[in-house]
Amino acid sequence: MTQRAMRWILPHPILSTGLLLMWLLLEQTLRPGPLLVGLVVAFFGGHALGLLQPERMRIRRPGLILRLAGRVLVDVARSNLAVALVVLKPRPERHAGFIRVPLALRDPNALAALACIMTATPGTAWVEFDLEDGELLLHVLDLVDEGEWLRIVKERYEQPLLEIFQ
Amino acid sequence: MNGAADLPLAVAIPVAILLVLGAALSLIGSIGLLRLKSFYERVHAPTIGTSYGLGCVLLASMVFFTVLQTRVVVHEILIGILVVITTPVTLMLVTRAALHRDRLEGNPEAPPPVPRTPPED
Repeated sequence: MTQRAMRWILPHPILSTGLLLMWLLLEQTLRPGPLLVGLVVAFFGGHALGLLQPERMRIRRPGLILRLAGRVLVDVARSNLAVALVVLKPRPERHAGFIRVPLALRDPNALAALACIMTATPGTAWVEFDLEDGELLLHVLDLVDEGEWLRIVKERYEQPLLEIFQ
Repeated sequence: MNGAADLPLAVAIPVAILLVLGAALSLIGSIGLLRLKSFYERVHAPTIGTSYGLGCVLLASMVFFTVLQTRVVVHEILIGILVVITTPVTLMLVTRAALHRDRLEGNPEAPPPVPRTPPED
């Protein structure tokens, strides 16, 4: 019974918590007034998401998220430098190209996270993904070794995302 | 912003370095947008500005206001999160539109769509 009541109040607890945190960060206070408004926003936000009928999100290994985030921060910094060098000192032998990466990820939230990672990395751009055959088309600015990029996407990002979401 | 003169030197220097670094990265990204040759190459350049270019400026802002107001100011993190979440949307929209047009025009630069096996009945 209590579980059903909780389900009704918070159909999407992760989103509602996120909304409340965002509200408090924006208000920069813990006074009861803004806190109450934040709770109302979190309540209605959770129910609004319910109307969209998303698949239930389950996070299995929260600790791994931090590890993945740290890894992404380092990789994005490296990629920033690499792309900045490409812009400032063009090398004639550099060539850009497309690569296809077969993905095992199917969870929409995990795919969204992967899209954010690939987009935040300046050296790679997410071009196209087909859920049916699970092939991701990436554009790489400085394509030296195709296998190396495949390994980076599959092992460094996809593997932890699979463990977190599926 | 008032109060900038009260900032201790030990804080002012890293804040200034972060600001200049962030601005420089964003500038490099914009130069890349001008200099790179093809559309698919140009799409990479501005993401310097939306990743560490933005990150440096946000970090500078967090340090600056945390020291001046003597309390932790972290709502810049929200800006970072919102930018990271929303850039893929526009980026995919733009690249997929370009890809669609290139395929229609038979541009050799664009990769062909995945050959699909017809569903078996």
